[in-house]
Amino acid sequence: MPELALRAERLGKNFGGVRAVADLSIEIKRGEIHAVIGPNGAGKSTLINLLSGELAASTGEIRLGDTEITGLAPDKRARAGIGRAFQKTTIFPRFTVHENVRLAAQARSRAPLRMFGGASADPEVQSRTMQAIGKAGLAGREAIVANVLSHGEQRQLEIAMVLATGPSIILLDEPLAGMGQAEARGIIALIASLRAHHAVLIVEHDMDAVFELADKLTVMQDGQVIASGLPEDVRRHPAVRAAYLGNHGDAA
Amino acid sequence: MAALPQKQISRLPAWLLPVICLAAAIALPFVVPVYYVQFTSKVLILGVLAMALNLVVGQGGLVSLCHAAFFGLSGYVLALMSPKYDAASLLLTLPAAVLAASFAALVIGALALRTRGVYFIMVTLAFGEMLFYLFHDADFAGGSDGAFINVKPELTIAGVRLLDLDKPLTFYFVVLAVTVAAIALLVTVVRSPFGHALAAARDNERRARALGFPIFRIRLIAFVLSGALAGVAGYLAAVQFGFVAPQMLGWHQSATVLVMVLIGGLSTVTGPLIGALALLGLEEVLKATLEQWKLAEGLIVIAIVLLLPNGVRQLWPMLFGDAQPKPARGKQTTPAPTPAPETGHA
Repeated sequence: MPELALRAERLGKNFGGVRAVADLSIEIKRGEIHAVIGPNGAGKSTLINLLSGELAASTGEIRLGDTEITGLAPDKRARAGIGRAFQKTTIFPRFTVHENVRLAAQARSRAPLRMFGGASADPEVQSRTMQAIGKAGLAGREAIVANVLSHGEQRQLEIAMVLATGPSIILLDEPLAGMGQAEARGIIALIASLRAHHAVLIVEHDMDAVFELADKLTVMQDGQVIASGLPEDVRRHPAVRAAYLGNHGDAA
Repeated sequence: MAALPQKQISRLPAWLLPVICLAAAIALPFVVPVYYVQFTSKVLILGVLAMALNLVVGQGGLVSLCHAAFFGLSGYVLALMSPKYDAASLLLTLPAAVLAASFAALVIGALALRTRGVYFIMVTLAFGEMLFYLFHDADFAGGSDGAFINVKPELTIAGVRLLDLDKPLTFYFVVLAVTVAAIALLVTVVRSPFGHALAAARDNERRARALGFPIFRIRLIAFVLSGALAGVAGYLAAVQFGFVAPQMLGWHQSATVLVMVLIGGLSTVTGPLIGALALLGLEEVLKATLEQWKLAEGLIVIAIVLLLPNGVRQLWPMLFGDAQPKPARGKQTTPAPTPAPETGHA
């Protein structure tokens, strides 16, 4: 049975009187791509923010492996093994590809805040940097300044940065947003390759990509889970069809 | 005047210019009158203060308006520890003064760094003014009149006086050595993993945090290091003038040093030192030629900031090296990539 990477139980988040997420439980296993879908305002990004620590949960518990991380700050969760790509690509635009990824590798090194010796001096950091760049398909682009990369390459870079931190679980918030078909195919292939060594939670609106990638599917509406399970089972769920998918399942 | 061809100059090794500057600084006291030696000492001291400030402004993206407080506090510690008719021990007073400045930076930074942007500026300004009025209104340090250091500190080991800071030449070389050490320290820090993490937090705090960098701790360390270095500069300033006054801690002094940073350029370690030289040199020239020199100084500073957004260092590549002026920090240097759209709402 696959190892459990992350589990959230009875998770809730209130903004004043508004319940953005309510009583939500979810499990993500290593080697699994778990997609979360739902209409706008369903609470998908709030869920990712709760798991990554950007938002503090109002109720519930989050465990990463066997460790409870509910009260940890985002940087501590990152060091514990949660990697995250944002809805809007979030990189260091003035740094090169190599510097971006090296910073990520540095964050998980033994001495991330060393004050003496050059930033490139640690061979372990260098090795992890080059591996992550290679995995993300950016080999040969190391010296390019990040702000001149195409949107798709910036997405690849962000994923490379996440990989360089050595996460056990990767949270991807709409990784295909704003992409052309060709760029999207590359990112889909990249995400599919992450399954081999990581647990992946993906929030995405592109249903074709979701059904291509997902091993498990959770559907949210109004901050709650209305269905969860294998994609084919969820696709046939009456509540899901009514709330979100419409006739897409028939067309697929 | 015959100038070196551009290509020839741009091929000069990078280490040559610093070596020439250092050689000129060493030779300076032997070729100019004492007044200019003292003036250069003042430039170097304020240059160290400006470089210290630039660690948090340029590298950290945090505009502090309380660095004069660390500068002045350090000077006051020396004044309060100095005997009336004897020389204080440099080995005792310098660490004490720097420690006091560091502690003040730790306390102020721990509170101010919980804020962002304009609020950070206002909080640091408020703390700076609190320290200003503490020394301005309290009698223990001479109140608004300040305090004198009648006999300058000296370095004495086993009864042998190694350094007598009362001598302008000795003092100048001590200040020069401190400046070189400060540059070496700051270059090392900026190029280290810590320096890169600090710059990452400046460029994209959210991403840096998501990678696992403890942003608050990184900024606090930089703030304290910067405060300590400002303390070293304040100690030397108090030694040079033999006098401390509340104005050393005031916001006006903080703002002046910030102007030095802007004139010199935020993007390099030594830019603010050049900014200090440019501003103080400009003041010297204008004072000697104009009655309304402050007005002229203000106009020239505005012109520099508008025309040379990377500081007066930008003149070098414009005049000799790369014909293209470097753009301001943060401005796009290359064709824009496909914009990343903000889509989707969960």
